[in-house]
Amino acid sequence: MSTTTIRKLTMARAISEAIAQEMDRDPSVMVWGEDVGAYGGIFGATQGLYQQFGHDRVIDTPISESGFIGAAVGASTEGLRPIVELMFVDFFGVAMDQIYNQLAKNHYMSGGSVSHPVVLMTAIGGGYSDAAQHSQTLYSLFAHVPGLKVVVPSNAYDAKGLMVSAIRDDNPVMYFFHKGLLGLGWMPSDDWAEVHVPEESYEVPFGKARVAGEGTDISVITIGAMVPKAARVREQLQQEGISVEVIDLRTLVPLDKQAIVDTVKKTHRVLIVDEDYRSFGMSGEVAAILAEDALDYLEFPVKRLAVPDIPIPYSRVLEQATIPSADKIAQTIRGMMD
Amino acid sequence: MDSYADMYRMMCLIRFYENRMAEVYAEGKSPLFSIAAGPVPGEMHLAAGQEPVAVGVIRHLRRDDVVTAPHRPHHFAIAKGIDLRRMTAEIFGRTAGLSHGKGGHMHLFDPAVHFSCSGIVGAGFPPAVGAAFAFRRQHRDSVAVAFAGEGAANQGTFHESLNLAALWKAPVIFVIEDNHYAISVPKEQSTAIANNSDRAQAYGIPGVFVRGNDVLAVSEAASEAVARARAGKGPTLLEIETTRFYGHFQGDAETYLGAEEKEKWRQSDPIPQFRDYLLAHHLLTPDDDAAIQTEVAELVEDAIAYARQSPEPQPADALTDVFAPSLGGK
Repeated sequence: MSTTTIRKLTMARAISEAIAQEMDRDPSVMVWGEDVGAYGGIFGATQGLYQQFGHDRVIDTPISESGFIGAAVGASTEGLRPIVELMFVDFFGVAMDQIYNQLAKNHYMSGGSVSHPVVLMTAIGGGYSDAAQHSQTLYSLFAHVPGLKVVVPSNAYDAKGLMVSAIRDDNPVMYFFHKGLLGLGWMPSDDWAEVHVPEESYEVPFGKARVAGEGTDISVITIGAMVPKAARVREQLQQEGISVEVIDLRTLVPLDKQAIVDTVKKTHRVLIVDEDYRSFGMSGEVAAILAEDALDYLEFPVKRLAVPDIPIPYSRVLEQATIPSADKIAQTIRGMMD
Repeated sequence: MDSYADMYRMMCLIRFYENRMAEVYAEGKSPLFSIAAGPVPGEMHLAAGQEPVAVGVIRHLRRDDVVTAPHRPHHFAIAKGIDLRRMTAEIFGRTAGLSHGKGGHMHLFDPAVHFSCSGIVGAGFPPAVGAAFAFRRQHRDSVAVAFAGEGAANQGTFHESLNLAALWKAPVIFVIEDNHYAISVPKEQSTAIANNSDRAQAYGIPGVFVRGNDVLAVSEAASEAVARARAGKGPTLLEIETTRFYGHFQGDAETYLGAEEKEKWRQSDPIPQFRDYLLAHHLLTPDDDAAIQTEVAELVEDAIAYARQSPEPQPADALTDVFAPSLGGK
């Protein structure tokens, strides 16, 4: 039964609510990571869980990322369903072996006899001058490795449903929440992400993109924090007589290729917007799919807006010039309509 | 628990297996040696000489206890009771293999006996801690054992895992196999202290060094460590001195090793020593020994024959098993 009242939640609240409901339902679901206990996660994704479920199921770990992510490999083969938080995606370097050689490959290397129902969640994105080691997006790095599912919610409704699906999935799932969507009091946040979230539990399936705004002239294919930016641009350009369709991919693995082809059939123009580095990533992958499966429908060359291949700079001016902005998205679209 | 004669039989089975694997691996690789040729391609790391480590520890384990092993895994796998036929078929890369040919000799998985291994040095420590943590959480008295070479004790995962296990009082036993060389680099050139077992002190847990590649001494130390873990008293670190009879991998010219040293190892072969001990103490008769030799040879030949007759996978099979098919949550 769906709720009739509108209950808006921040994305951080939506994530922690999803986890709490799954922990309630399934005693094998546990949470561990740095500062996930009494603190509630640096970005609030585990808020209230420690108070509700106690230190047996919500565990603060030492700063030993290989150790505690690797522990999820063994724990998941023996019946637990761990949700492991690693504060920033930038920190994964120290634990990559356990992720891309063990967690991602064991199901394949065992011929399907070993599964790892593990959610690894982490914060991504910049926009608040945290510089090159705390502002990256990097989801494409994980999408590149076979055996990992990759989830990037753009709003609170999807964040809850995608987290429920992630916890119930028998595979390792990388769950990336953008810091600028969480609704934290101490960090700028896009209020577009704070939407109605039903109280009851629900799943948002993987591999199903969402049309975040319909249009007929051009498609913006994007994910995560670029979705609200594109949605705002869509409203703005409507007044200029340009009809923009916004596609929120929601998950990179699995990727909804059909939605990519369907939208270009309708609009015949595509701009890909990505907060990750430009080369060898999401934007290139989507462009390749368009080249392979939808070339005949294109009336204009595919364009990409992404972080140029530079580390994220510190200075406010430099950072704002680096991360795709609403202005740049609008400008690029106008240039494609000639 | 296995009797001494059973331990001896297991050591003989492992030795016979490794010696036969060395022969099988050489098939199709002459006159020009190529790692990619023959019925068993890829790298091959054999554990002949290291039987006391596997047998002395694993005799104290049950089927439901977890073992994580490194890239040189056969002795641990066999001692843990892995399906010998399917393990061998996996090494041959065949469909009847444990992983239908997707893993190979460094990636053996047999969930039925809670065995796995990894080709990455030091990668087995954190998963063993995680499995042990799960046992605690589920109020099971199972334990986990992580085996690794002495080279792996300089990996970050080793230190992270010891701290984590001690902190969580996880029922895990860390076993370092000191075969003196990390590929070619001798222990004294890679490790700042003589015994890795001393590193246990840094984490407030017991550390024991076992000398002499002696299966009974290993068994004694492991007995205490396993009992301690099962009783909920937390982890132990064991370091066991042993010797590697073959090279790091088959094809290793072992230029770093003096012929004298190698000869010394072969002279102190733990299997004849244990046999002599058992004969002297009337725990084994020459007839028993002969029967054991016949039996292990049959088992190994049967496994090799089984592997040879299993079909090769189809090319399209490469595309399956990347993801688990279904949602597992209730």
